[in-house]
Amino acid sequence: MQNTIYQKIWSQRVILNLIFLLLLAAPLFLSDFRLNLLGKFLAFAILAIGLDLLWGYTGVLSLGHGIFFGLGAYCMAMYLKLEATGGGLPDFMAWSGMSELPLIWIPFQYPIVAIILGILLPAIIAFMLGYLTFRNRISGVYFTILSQALVLVVVTLFVGSQNLTGGSSGLTNFNTFFGFSVNSATTQTAFYIITVIVLGLVFFLSRKLVKGRFGKILVGIRDGENRMRFLGYSPSAYKTFIYTLSAAIAGLAGMLFVLQVGIISPTMIGIIPSIEMVLWVALGGRGTLIGPVIGAVLVNAAKTGFSESYPDIWTYFLGLLFVLVVVFLPKGITGLFEKWNDRRKKQDVSSSVEVEKSYS
Amino acid sequence: MRKQNFFYLLILGLLASFMVACSAADNAANATDPEEEAVDATEESDSNEGSDGDTIKVGILHSLSGTMAISETSVQQAELLAIKEINENGGVLGKQLEPVIEDGASDWPTFAEKANKLLQQDEVATIFGGWTSASRKAMLPVVEEHNGLLFYPVQYEGMEASPNIFYTGAAPNQQIVPAVDWLLENRGDSFFLLGSDYVFPRTANAAIRAQLDNEGAELVGEEYTPLGHTDYNTVIAKIKNENPDVIFNTLNGDSNVAFFKQLKDAGISSDDMTVLSVSVAEEEIKGIGADVIEGHLTSWNYYQTTDTPENEEFVANYQEEYGEDAVTADPIEAGYFGVYLWAQAVEEAGTTNVDEVREAAKGISYEAPNGTVTIDGDNQHVYKTVRIGEVQSDGMISELWQTEEPVKPDPYLDEYDWASDLSESLAE
Repeated sequence: MQNTIYQKIWSQRVILNLIFLLLLAAPLFLSDFRLNLLGKFLAFAILAIGLDLLWGYTGVLSLGHGIFFGLGAYCMAMYLKLEATGGGLPDFMAWSGMSELPLIWIPFQYPIVAIILGILLPAIIAFMLGYLTFRNRISGVYFTILSQALVLVVVTLFVGSQNLTGGSSGLTNFNTFFGFSVNSATTQTAFYIITVIVLGLVFFLSRKLVKGRFGKILVGIRDGENRMRFLGYSPSAYKTFIYTLSAAIAGLAGMLFVLQVGIISPTMIGIIPSIEMVLWVALGGRGTLIGPVIGAVLVNAAKTGFSESYPDIWTYFLGLLFVLVVVFLPKGITGLFEKWNDRRKKQDVSSSVEVEKSYS
Repeated sequence: MRKQNFFYLLILGLLASFMVACSAADNAANATDPEEEAVDATEESDSNEGSDGDTIKVGILHSLSGTMAISETSVQQAELLAIKEINENGGVLGKQLEPVIEDGASDWPTFAEKANKLLQQDEVATIFGGWTSASRKAMLPVVEEHNGLLFYPVQYEGMEASPNIFYTGAAPNQQIVPAVDWLLENRGDSFFLLGSDYVFPRTANAAIRAQLDNEGAELVGEEYTPLGHTDYNTVIAKIKNENPDVIFNTLNGDSNVAFFKQLKDAGISSDDMTVLSVSVAEEEIKGIGADVIEGHLTSWNYYQTTDTPENEEFVANYQEEYGEDAVTADPIEAGYFGVYLWAQAVEEAGTTNVDEVREAAKGISYEAPNGTVTIDGDNQHVYKTVRIGEVQSDGMISELWQTEEPVKPDPYLDEYDWASDLSESLAE
């Protein structure tokens, strides 16, 4: 009977809530600098949840989430840049040959519009791409290649139109957000808290989504798309929806990233970061929601930690970490515990299993 | 169920210990309460950054991994050499310099993160670092926010003058503008502009266009290729078609290797057409191959062959430290004397306080390997001598022409009439 009490006290929900509270309380015992870093990792974790919905649950591998992240980030950055120049012409435009604010920048004078567009724009682009590809039953590796191509196109476009996007230097040097100084410690703590709350909400809603019937359908599509189609479901509609949703989540993460890091440039949305994002999910364990969160935080914390301690050779450590996980934990970090779990269960019920086996 | 819960519990524990460890490390490093730290970072630390007992901490922030590592590592080495020399001569203010090395990883947000770490956590007196404009732009808001110092050692496109940055590389009027003037006088007046697709080439070429327009010279073509691009056959075909007198080359990195090889394969030698490069120095020539690029021109403030007693000593020391084959180049030299300029300003100010160092740095001169460099108090760039050089068969660059005296830095090209309406003329 102790068992059940133990279970009640330490049920998943309680622990998740505790983690959430601990993250909320982090400003009390972390320095401004470390808090800012953790905030950045958590912004990545939000994106990883969206990617997990798409890849882990629905089985669609996108190597192009960098651009959705980037679109959200650029939307927020454009607003911040205009706020910094007081509605005037940003410096890079002046020396890139512009004399007045280009039309596409005008809506970004209003923070609310920028925030809405930061979610809507990635969602719309994902919807269009998803609708066209999934409806035509382009899936698997072909979709992955398409998503990668999209990254190339967008990055080249962003670097090339320096007068509109700041080119390879990107957008940086921000000042205020809703009138608050973005660089002050208090505002940064507020951004951190917002990030934690958004992470909590995204996690909670995604969990709700996948725990229910909808989640079962997604997994069904992942494991047997044709069967689902014959059962009367429309896999393309579900896939398009999830792709759009995960793009919107990526945009949201991008906005939180810019607020805390203060810079966005094409290198952050390119092919390498896009692949890295998938790595976080793979490393943490896909199809678990909590796994990608752990993966994103762990990989980035390792990156920072290694590079601070061994600036010359840290990339080897990071590489080693990836190799070790791929070789020994093909299901990611959460997979380690599942495996261990299964073994314990097997030991407990080994006799009954044998009986079952003999029947089948 | 129970085991899974155990797993979540484990995460919780890990997270908690991670945070405690982090905050403990922070506290140990700064020996202050976290609450006080905010105050600490903004006010108190201004009084004596980096002076911790017997040493003064200085940050070194270059890319040691990623695509920029090949260029930035040698600048880092030069800066470490300068620090070592200064320490051997008794340090600064009687204290030894303690370099704190971080890796920018060729990734611009990482530069911002590490600059933040150096200023907030290590409380360094100054940072020496950066190469690309993007990395400088990423660090700029950080050093301004925490009132830190940054010494940036590479030529760039100008249009910037932050009170927290000292620019020891060339401003456009110390490299590009005089190069165009010299070419117009000596090599002809039809130009082809070729560059990598990023901020420096695009902005530099915008200025060159205005300058050519003003001089009545002809611009026959302008091409950009992505960073790392290696197929130049199409571009070379265009060049052959247009047959310009001069190709003004702002390609960066590996692309130069491909471009010069393919140009030679296409049968175009330096006798047919002059290529003047502004991002190819001794280091890059090693990669391109001296036989391939021989006879083409470069524009810099310093070459390994520059004839000054200071340079002789610098090259000897550098090669003693890093091997016989090591070559010095303009950004390496700019990184090197940047450390000396800072040390001199600190000695002058008698403190590492940023505001006082900045004030003391105005007008400070140093006998650098390239000649006398003087900090311009208004824009915190340095007066430098401009040199046009020709690549020799041994990979060295021999000087063809130099300005009589160091040129006053003019990052916004204010001195030039044709540049005053640069933005308008470009909009057309």
